Amino acid sequence: MNHRIGWLIAGLVLALAGASQFLLNDYYQRVLSVIAINIILAVSLNLTNGISGDFSLGHAAFMAIGAYTSAVLTLPVRMKAIVLPDLPAWLGQLEVPFVFALVLGALLAALIAALVGTPVLRLRGHYLSVATLGLMVIVQVVALNWQPVTRGARGINGLPPFTTPLWAYGAMLLTVGIIWRVVHSPLGRAMIAVREDELGAACRGVRVFRTRLAAFIIGAAFASIAGGLWAHLITAITPASFSFLLTFNVVAMVVIGGMGSISGSVAGAVLLTLLPELLRRVETSLALGGQPLYGLSQVVIALLMLGVMIFRPGGLFGREELPAVLARFQRRRSAQRQAPHPSPSS
Amino acid sequence: MSMFTPTYLAQQLINALNLGSLYALVAIGLTMVYGILRLINFAHGDMMTLGAYLALAGISALVLPAWAALVLPMLVIALVGVLIERLAYRPLRGAPEVAMLITSLAVSSLIQNGATMLLTAQPRPLRVPSALTQRIAFGDLSIAVMDLGIIALAAVLMVALGVFVKRTTIGIAMRACSENLRAAQLMGVDVNRVIVVAFAISAGLAGAAGVLWSSKFGLVDPFMGFVPGLKAFVAAVIGGIGSIPGAMLGGYLLGFAEVFFVAFAPPELSGYRDAFVFALLLIVLLVRPAGLLGRGEVNRA
Repeated sequence: MNHRIGWLIAGLVLALAGASQFLLNDYYQRVLSVIAINIILAVSLNLTNGISGDFSLGHAAFMAIGAYTSAVLTLPVRMKAIVLPDLPAWLGQLEVPFVFALVLGALLAALIAALVGTPVLRLRGHYLSVATLGLMVIVQVVALNWQPVTRGARGINGLPPFTTPLWAYGAMLLTVGIIWRVVHSPLGRAMIAVREDELGAACRGVRVFRTRLAAFIIGAAFASIAGGLWAHLITAITPASFSFLLTFNVVAMVVIGGMGSISGSVAGAVLLTLLPELLRRVETSLALGGQPLYGLSQVVIALLMLGVMIFRPGGLFGREELPAVLARFQRRRSAQRQAPHPSPSS
Repeated sequence: MSMFTPTYLAQQLINALNLGSLYALVAIGLTMVYGILRLINFAHGDMMTLGAYLALAGISALVLPAWAALVLPMLVIALVGVLIERLAYRPLRGAPEVAMLITSLAVSSLIQNGATMLLTAQPRPLRVPSALTQRIAFGDLSIAVMDLGIIALAAVLMVALGVFVKRTTIGIAMRACSENLRAAQLMGVDVNRVIVVAFAISAGLAGAAGVLWSSKFGLVDPFMGFVPGLKAFVAAVIGGIGSIPGAMLGGYLLGFAEVFFVAFAPPELSGYRDAFVFALLLIVLLVRPAGLLGRGEVNRA
């Protein structure tokens, strides 16, 4: 994309996000922030699932790591004495600025991704999917049982509400910018080469294992940042928040948007954040036998995904990016303008 | 503590055999479908859930006898498995492998949330006939009739499957497809028929496991099959994915590992049993990714 246009759009988005904090009520501000967080999640998952071609289902796990890290590090010291009295002393005395907490969470998630990825990414096939789902269960179990740090099933509440639309969109732009650069760097080319033909890539000197691991680690780090932002938006986290449902929804965003397209992931994230928000009203109003129809929006998303897989496997964008799609439209339009009306079929 | 008395040990052995039987039943279906289609079927655990709901309906609404409440769900779930294959997976034949994996995730979500929508997420109690909860005493040891029933029934089903796969034409065709789908097709094997049969058996066994699981633990809810389904995959990987005897062996081994972890690890660690199982998966993938009885087709990058 033309760099000047990119910066212009980024500036505009930030200005609008800042303005929304004065113009919109809490509900709309929260929906806006959730959209930005979901964009971070989808774009970072796309790096493995779309670009390097390994199907990770670990995003809920990495989000949980980021959320708990940020929660424990930023909770004010006097709150910690009440909420988490059994915290190790050095942690109990620690209160870290939000940005550092997010970065530390990202580093921790990257480390764990490296530990899990090292045995699994050497293997072919979809072992990564199962191993990352396993990681999700492990993280949930640890969050459930590590009472002094996570407070078990009760979770941690009363987190400082740091995440405003400005924060969320700032982080989102940073994520999209970095991942855009990664995908268009030699490393990104290597990832795509590995996806298309592992053997061929290896023959041309691509270090296959390292490349796949890099995609997985970078994706995990950004998922962790999204987790931290989400924790300080909702201000309460429990182990149950980071379930299969969460991972599934991010996967749906990437698949419906188009695996391999950053623009597609952004579009998928926006679509699948707004859809349940709209359907929520239907769930509670359209009651079947007096029961609210909880689960309806998830059923709709699942059906949407099945439909995409069968009828449009490339999703909305295929593997293309927005500038390419726009350019194609423009070409078609100018071609139509130049050519006379299509000749009547004889 | 009476931790190392023979009675305690025997009790844990029974528990391990119980859990192992259930894992084995679920793992067989996963490994069968993976062997032929290279599909990790994430919706497999949800067949357990559906089986359990059918048993619940059968026992509480229709007042079926216990044997019918097992056999009927098995047959119905086998049909459901065939239906899902026809509607969701067959249109993707020839697409990249990952397409079917994504589809299976969507099917899983559809079943879990469809059940939540129509039946609520509230766990429902499943009461089995009292004859099954009676305990038989063997000296100091007392074993519930149902526990013995689960172990025996799983063994019978597995022997039957073994005979089916070894002796019948379609069973042999199935093994051929698992070895090399394309070659089998060129040799005149009706691949579609084999796949349909594989899905039917796979789903039927998972349905049976779901009935047994919910009878043992007494509860049915829309998400009950998810974690056992994942653990069954761990079992299949331990045994060597694609190998039916491997899945049985892996199921029992995993059952033993899990039960003995809870029985003999310090009590404050017992909450970590699920974490232990998946840590085991990572270790197996690191040390012996082809599993115990696998054919070692797992390429290393």
